[in-house]
Amino acid sequence: MADTANSDAFVEFERVQKSYDGENLVVKDLNLSMPKGEFLTMLGPSGSGKTTCLMMLAGFETATHGEIKLDGRPINNIPPHKRGIGMVFQNYALFPHMTVAENLSFPLEVRKIGKSDREGKVKRALDMVQMGDFGGRRPAQLSGGQQQRIALARALVFEPELVLMDEPLGALDKQLREHMQFEITNLAHELGITVVYVTHDQTEALTMSDRVAVFDDGRIQQLAPPDQLYESPDNSFVAQFIGENNTLEGTIKEINDGICLVELDDGELIDAMPVNVSNVGDRTTISIRPERVEVDTAKLGDSAHTLKAEVKEFIYMGDVFRTRLSVAGKDDFIIKTRNSADQRRLKPGEQIKIGWLPRDCRALDTV
Amino acid sequence: MSDTTDTGPVLAADGTPLKRSLRRALRAQKLRALALIAPLLIFVLVTFIAPIADMLFRSVENQIVSNTLPNAVATLNDWDGTSDGLPGEDTFEALYYDMFLAAEAKRHTRVGSRLNYEESGISSMFRKSGRGVDDIGEDQIDALEDINDVWGDETFWFTMMSGPDGVAKANGILSAQRERLANLDQSSFAGEIGFAPSQQIADLLPRTVRAYTAFAVFTAIEDEDIVAEEEPWEAVKVALIEDLRSGIDLSGYDGPGAQELREAQQGLANQPAIDYKQGFIDITEDWANLDNWKTIKMYAPPFTTGYFLNAVDMQKTPEGFQPRPENEQIYGILFKRTLFMSLMITGSCILLAYPVAYLLANLPMRTSSLLMILVLLPFWTSLLVRTSAWKVMLQQQGVINDTLVWLGLVADEGRLVMINNQFGTIVAMTHILLPFMILPMYSVMSTIPPYYVRAARSLGATNWTSFWRVYFPQSVPGIGAGSILVFILAIGYYITPEIVGGTSGTFISNRIAYHISTSLNWGLAAALGSILLAAVLILYWAYDKIVGIDNVKLG
Repeated sequence: MADTANSDAFVEFERVQKSYDGENLVVKDLNLSMPKGEFLTMLGPSGSGKTTCLMMLAGFETATHGEIKLDGRPINNIPPHKRGIGMVFQNYALFPHMTVAENLSFPLEVRKIGKSDREGKVKRALDMVQMGDFGGRRPAQLSGGQQQRIALARALVFEPELVLMDEPLGALDKQLREHMQFEITNLAHELGITVVYVTHDQTEALTMSDRVAVFDDGRIQQLAPPDQLYESPDNSFVAQFIGENNTLEGTIKEINDGICLVELDDGELIDAMPVNVSNVGDRTTISIRPERVEVDTAKLGDSAHTLKAEVKEFIYMGDVFRTRLSVAGKDDFIIKTRNSADQRRLKPGEQIKIGWLPRDCRALDTV
Repeated sequence: MSDTTDTGPVLAADGTPLKRSLRRALRAQKLRALALIAPLLIFVLVTFIAPIADMLFRSVENQIVSNTLPNAVATLNDWDGTSDGLPGEDTFEALYYDMFLAAEAKRHTRVGSRLNYEESGISSMFRKSGRGVDDIGEDQIDALEDINDVWGDETFWFTMMSGPDGVAKANGILSAQRERLANLDQSSFAGEIGFAPSQQIADLLPRTVRAYTAFAVFTAIEDEDIVAEEEPWEAVKVALIEDLRSGIDLSGYDGPGAQELREAQQGLANQPAIDYKQGFIDITEDWANLDNWKTIKMYAPPFTTGYFLNAVDMQKTPEGFQPRPENEQIYGILFKRTLFMSLMITGSCILLAYPVAYLLANLPMRTSSLLMILVLLPFWTSLLVRTSAWKVMLQQQGVINDTLVWLGLVADEGRLVMINNQFGTIVAMTHILLPFMILPMYSVMSTIPPYYVRAARSLGATNWTSFWRVYFPQSVPGIGAGSILVFILAIGYYITPEIVGGTSGTFISNRIAYHISTSLNWGLAAALGSILLAAVLILYWAYDKIVGIDNVKLG
């Protein structure tokens, strides 16, 4: 599903640029295509241009340059109300002066759908989000989670093929958010709708999406399925932004056979997988996930390089242990070890050796 | 969900009812809050509530007639106002004493003006009577003084009325006359008089003593003269003549002036009785006019509906409440016009303010600040200047007419009349009240987030539909607040209609101002004001019922 040819792309951005003031580009050369039925998340820090992209797709902003296509048709000049895209807003945007049923009925009314038809659709949509009994209430009488469901139902009631969601779960508490993540993905897959979902919450992005587009500085830094994004980040921004990550700086000493040798700044040597470094002598940031760091160096191959480390802090977190180490002159190196029966609990002050499989450590560009 | 079987009051930890212990805990807080708002509360009470209460009271208050003519009014109770005959001689006699005292205190013109509101001509009747009242009983007084010079001597009178030293005094009469004068003059008549009538003479000559005591109190307090050095009023002498002619038995009297009294009684026996009725009619024929007497009787009670009836173009007649003659009906027209024009002004304010407020709320900060200054600028300009500016703009030789003539849209001889009529008032007041509409609208609109309209458009609504179905309903509270503000301000507006309204564009408030400052008919002004207040309250209530006052947001 990830690699789709442009021919059957449902939503397409072609060389799209956006500037508000004529001086700075908020979106720089955006290219994106997604097939029908995909759940794509735009993830990025605030100001990265992800919401602007969503608004351009919805029609509330116009692209300064480039073309946006929906189902093969350019939609740059189509006003929002003719695009037929469902949208869920950050603050739900339920009309406060209408009841829940009237809110849901609104998109059907403006489409001139008959009364009996409308009632049926509204009822089905409410049942779909398990809010069947709430039709007569006002939005203000509902809890945040309930409002969220209604907003979702309203975006779906007129059966759009594409639904945009702009940080829809941002205002909910953690537990409710996790529950709603699950419901939204289920619903999207059941109905077979295409979803573009904007969030700055990486967990949300990883758990819900078919593919994630990581935005920074107006560009897509990486567009990949969640596992690929996490395990093989293309650059150090993605590595830093997704999940927990340890970085060490150094210089490339050797590159051969997909493995490179990096000399860290304190002179120690370690193996890594070259991702976007090409020349010996280049500066690099190597990136390693805390759970891939091996404390028991005996498990690694004989030729594997290891590093000296000193335990600074040991944090018991129930299912895992989190240990902060001092490695190569940096005090913020984190490792995570599973709380299994044979796992040793490290003590602060202890001198240990750490290492990792070269494929788990990625030599990336310097930030 | 949970069914509570315990229906008794909830108790606090120490066993007292929870409600009571909550009240106790909150009492200190409430007291402190009350102390904090006390200055404002007192200010509002003194400057707002009290004047309104006073206005409401004045609109029905009518004590002037009964205070000025208490005795005459009392005798009128027996007179059947619907019959054709004038009131009896007793009424005229009582009127004589009342009128005399009122003329001395110079209060007769006031009651005349008051009654003139109800029946024109009464004012001059009272004025003339005040001047001529001393002539009544002239012949008899001359005859009395011919019998003995002492009846013109102040010391003799004083001695006779005071009685010998140490004699019992009729203090009841003294305090009654003090009170009577206090009511008449609306001021205090407490203080040292240097006189008290003896009980003996009071029993013998009741009318004389009452009249002399009134004279004494008035002389000592109002004129600040010594009673014994002032010759009594004609009214006192008339009272004496009446007392003597009533056939009293003087044989048992041995106090001061006993001899002179007997002499006078004999001497006056063959004099004709004083004809008060004729006396008054001689002063002015109006006293023979039955309508005047009916009016006096009708407005004798201390409270009256007269002002309110007048304010709604009705009048009280012996046949009941009746509409006034067509040519005297003005207030109904004025009330209707005020209402109509206030609605017009409110309506045009809504139409003009809505787009401005919308822009203010939706433009970028820099532009909207500039626009806000333009909105507020007229606010900082004097009301008179703004109104006068409209005069310059709208008059027939004014800017607008000149421009229209220059453009050839209007012939020079066909210049538009845009001022001194309703149009002028509506234009000028719309301009003046516009900020009161814009600001509440703006404050409501600026709380409507832009995502509602976006949501509506993403749901398939056109620009117009999303405005009308989504934005507009949410801005209604602002319209409501602005409308209430503008309407209530407009309905009581005074200066602008006065300047640009001419005759056809004036409001009821201009009439109220006229009655306050020119005709001095405060009662009618108060009644008109009360009706206006009631109208506003009713409209407010109706608004609450229809729209709901929760839907009004001022900020």
